[in-house]
Amino acid sequence: MNFNPQQIQDILVIIVAAATPLLLAAIGEVVAERAGVLNLGLEGMMIVGASTGFAFAYLTDSTIVGVVAGILGGVLMSAVFAFLTIGLATNQVAAGLALTIFGRGLANLIGEGFVGLKRTGAPHLYIPGLTDLPLVGRLIFGEDFFVYFAILLTGAVSYWLMRTRAGLTLRAVGDNHTSGHSLGVPVRGIRLLAVLFGGACAGLAGAYLSLSYTPFWSPDMTAGRGWIALALVVFASWKPWRALAGALLFGGVAVLALAFQGLGVPIPAQLLNSLPYLTTIVVLVVLSIRDSRGALAPASLGQAFIPDR
Amino acid sequence: MRLDLYARPQRSTLREILAPIGAMIVAILIGGIVVALMGRSPLEAFDVYFIEPLSQSYSLQAIAVKATPLILIGVGLAFCYRANYWNIGAEGQFIAGGALGGWLGLLTHDGALQGALGSWWILPAMMILGALGGLLYAMIPALLRVWLNVSEILTSLMLVYVAQLGLDWLVRGPWKDPSGHNLPVSVVFDPVAQLPVLFEDGSLHLGVLLAPIAAVIAAVVFAKTLFGYQVRLVGSAPKAARFGGFNDRAIAVAAFAISGGLAGLAGVVEVSGKIQQLLPSISPGYGFSAIIVAFLGRLSPIGIFIAGLVLALTFVGGEDAQIAMHLPGDLTLAFQGVLLICVLAADVLARYSLRLTMGAKS
Amino acid sequence: MEQTDSALAGEPASPLLAVRGITKRFGSFTANDCVTLGLTQGEVHALLGENGAGKSTLVKMLYGLLAPTEGEILWQGAPITLPNPNAARALGIGMVFQHFSLFDNLTVAENIALVMPQTVKLNDVPGRIDQISRAYGMGLEPNRPVWSLSAGERQRIEIARCLLQDPKVLILDEPTSVLTPQEAEKLFETLDRLKAEGRALLYISHHLEEVKRLCDRATILRLGKVVGTCDPRAETARSLAALMVGTQIAEVRAAGAHALGKERLVVSNLDAPSPSLHGVSLKHVSLAVKGGEVFGVAGVAGNGQSELFANLSGESLAPRADAILIDGASVGGLGISERRARNAGFVPEERNGHAAAPDFTLSENIVLTGHGSNGLTQMGFINGAAARAQSQKVIAAFDVRKSGADPLARTLSGGNLQKFVVGREILREPALLVINQPTWGVDALAAATIRQALLDLCARGVAVLIISQDLDELFEISDRIAVIHTGELSQALPARSVTREEIGLLMAGMPGAASRPSESAHAP
Repeated sequence: MNFNPQQIQDILVIIVAAATPLLLAAIGEVVAERAGVLNLGLEGMMIVGASTGFAFAYLTDSTIVGVVAGILGGVLMSAVFAFLTIGLATNQVAAGLALTIFGRGLANLIGEGFVGLKRTGAPHLYIPGLTDLPLVGRLIFGEDFFVYFAILLTGAVSYWLMRTRAGLTLRAVGDNHTSGHSLGVPVRGIRLLAVLFGGACAGLAGAYLSLSYTPFWSPDMTAGRGWIALALVVFASWKPWRALAGALLFGGVAVLALAFQGLGVPIPAQLLNSLPYLTTIVVLVVLSIRDSRGALAPASLGQAFIPDR
Repeated sequence: MRLDLYARPQRSTLREILAPIGAMIVAILIGGIVVALMGRSPLEAFDVYFIEPLSQSYSLQAIAVKATPLILIGVGLAFCYRANYWNIGAEGQFIAGGALGGWLGLLTHDGALQGALGSWWILPAMMILGALGGLLYAMIPALLRVWLNVSEILTSLMLVYVAQLGLDWLVRGPWKDPSGHNLPVSVVFDPVAQLPVLFEDGSLHLGVLLAPIAAVIAAVVFAKTLFGYQVRLVGSAPKAARFGGFNDRAIAVAAFAISGGLAGLAGVVEVSGKIQQLLPSISPGYGFSAIIVAFLGRLSPIGIFIAGLVLALTFVGGEDAQIAMHLPGDLTLAFQGVLLICVLAADVLARYSLRLTMGAKS
Repeated sequence: MEQTDSALAGEPASPLLAVRGITKRFGSFTANDCVTLGLTQGEVHALLGENGAGKSTLVKMLYGLLAPTEGEILWQGAPITLPNPNAARALGIGMVFQHFSLFDNLTVAENIALVMPQTVKLNDVPGRIDQISRAYGMGLEPNRPVWSLSAGERQRIEIARCLLQDPKVLILDEPTSVLTPQEAEKLFETLDRLKAEGRALLYISHHLEEVKRLCDRATILRLGKVVGTCDPRAETARSLAALMVGTQIAEVRAAGAHALGKERLVVSNLDAPSPSLHGVSLKHVSLAVKGGEVFGVAGVAGNGQSELFANLSGESLAPRADAILIDGASVGGLGISERRARNAGFVPEERNGHAAAPDFTLSENIVLTGHGSNGLTQMGFINGAAARAQSQKVIAAFDVRKSGADPLARTLSGGNLQKFVVGREILREPALLVINQPTWGVDALAAATIRQALLDLCARGVAVLIISQDLDELFEISDRIAVIHTGELSQALPARSVTREEIGLLMAGMPGAASRPSESAHAP
């Protein structure tokens, strides 16, 4: 099997594209989980972002409006989640599931009138000379803005978490919300903002899917990526740059399936399509063996917090 | 602005029963608003969804048939959730059970394997295989969680996609009906491999009896047996469970086994009683709707029985509404999601009182 | 001694921080009732009261964590409101918490930086920590993660965190509960120095000797009300205790010398690596407890007490079966149910969540440890009536106060739940009882009931092993005391003749008792 540089670049570009929605959703979830909130509604928020994003983009024929709509969709969904888990201190697992089920129904409802419609995808960067470089031209200089933004976001969140006072406060809340409260840290307010940020990222990830990755809407188009993003956060040990590495890994697995199918390798399509999910399980198992005491997770992750007054 | 929760001093059974009812009412109101936004009459929608199906025999039977998998799976989930293990993969266990049990239906097609012993053994064997299929499939997340502390939420969920893809491949591949004009369906089971219908020209099959039986047995187990006590204890106070000398790992595995087994049983009941063959998709999301049923029934088997009937009503009503009012099927799904959100909120309100204060931020 | 309601009358100087008529209600429960108290500069003021008197509630209001239901807080004579701890810190009020408000997985510097005002840059914090650490002799290393530090070091972080804000008022909530006697002495030196610098200190404790050594004035709370103020140095411990508790508590009486039976619990060279991340491994632990004796294990929290309890109870299995013998039988490899079947009873430290399931009823909690015995279970079914009957027996015998016929365990107060879980085991008539922190956080009356019950138990020939952080308690009821330090157990010394200094040295890891003849841990 010989690959020419063009084909190699094609594959790398697809890997990056497949990794982008996972990375966006995972970064948002890293922030939420570092504050101590486990958001299982990620899949629902992502798909709502995808459908509102496409709907608004199609109606206004503007990708930017679609992006904003997608983000807002994710934020509104996460606001409901925040009300349940932070305001009412509901069980975070149940609330997350509720948002996912609701999100899938809502997204399909919104997207119903848009099935089968197409629009032009988001524009890609083009710098004459640089983008035409062999092998890495399109990879580095020819991506759409979602990809560049995802990388910037990773760097910004990493810096913010580890080097600023606000990021320290958020990490403290995720470590021990009781201590935080005793010191006067606004635990619930911080968690609310973290969850809303996570929802925004999930919505953006969904908008990327329907506006750039495949510029159309189809029901259930997230296909479990939100769940994979959750596993990605564990894989990344709650560190943003590692989430980037993990997203590329998962993106690679997804691409493998496509590549095999394209090359006519006689493996059933269903098995290839199940590779991302099987890989997620394998990755989780390997992680658990390495870190059997669960020492890396934020200590108050998933625990409800009710302050007394 | 601050929202504070104050624990109510007494548990009130009245409030705990009113909570899910209140949630239902709120969810229906929200649904009515959405229907109005879609340009249809909310009152007509309410009639089609909730009232009409209760007035006709065929739709009542359809409700019972639809409620059966919801209740069976929901009761199984109660065991897992009360032990604090979040089995999200009941949909996959349903499929695994339906596939394994249905496989026997394929094997006995056209009178095969029915020589000396006759055919009486086929249905019971299918039921057992179905439960076994779901049970074994649930052991994957169970053992990974118990041995390696891998999140059962993520593993059980990933396995749902794997099961769906696996069944899809089987039905389009090795199990496709050779004489079926290349349609992705399996052969139709022999009548001896189909659960018999209870009434003439109705859809009510024998399998519906399993739902109330399972609910009653589970209720007794939770309330009166040491095993049920252990399941509740492991979920409520795991350190105390170990202090009591109970093996919390064994209980976790048992809870998953029951949950997977009941989901698999529901799968083979659906395949054998309703679909009567294997298709690429044998579930319209029962495994996920059953999660709502479990919470709506407040994780108690009798409550789950009632909640299963209620949700089945919305499924049947939803199908009617698609035909009569051209309302999309996803509306039902969205409604179920809203219902779960309202149930979770109502559950908190039953145990805490709320106070909203304006002013100083803390 | 003054028994006035207003502690402001007769104050030498006008108070810096005061409360007047402060009341705090939680629903129908009144935690503080019309409390009035004043703190002056350069004074160490004790807030005395036993568990449940309302001391913690009061200081939380002084720190802005709770809002008073009625009454005023006064700063330099003028009424103020404290909506949150930031406001309290801005005024100059600092608080050292009893249970440390620290973040285990962050470093010392990060923990301290969290409460510094925004004007201080993150990078400057380690330098400031070094400064103050040297000034007060604290020995803090800014970049160490908190989980790796001892209780004494953690408390110094709490104190440094307050001092870096140059507080005018410092509140300390039961600061010595986790310290060795020597560490406590070092703390007192620091406090003396802060007092000399003109700060006002509010010192909460129920340890009367400490208060006498340290404090100029004392306000005594009982059941939320102020019952008196005094100069503790002019009072005796007995008179202070009487005020705190309100009645003369019958002294716990041993039944007199009784013959000791055979060895019922023998631990030989138990080596148990800790299963958890921040746990303590046990090393060569050996001890023997005879029937009829109370064997006390002293030690500062976090030195292996939980691990020792878990190994004795069977919640952790020992590496060798014969490392633990109960009545001569090797039980090291047996779980807790089997050990209970051999007539052993266990009461762990945490009553809500470990000894009892908080969301289960009292009768269901009887089943928790009694399901192996006759009558409570039949062929897998629970006999609810038998469980309720047994529960009533425990409630009656140990005067457990509750509301409702069979309430949830978490609705009981600390003292009553503790009486229930101890009584539950005693009524199973064990031959051996192992109990961890028998009266931690329990009011004085309930504590006395429990200690008397333990003494009565050993008078009946039962072997009793107590693990406790409360030296007073150990000296009161133990026959012999050994000290656990970083997972190693010292020799057992006779309680009647060993001094607190010697125990204190052992608690700090310095074997100072080697100079006197002592019984060995294994009596022949």
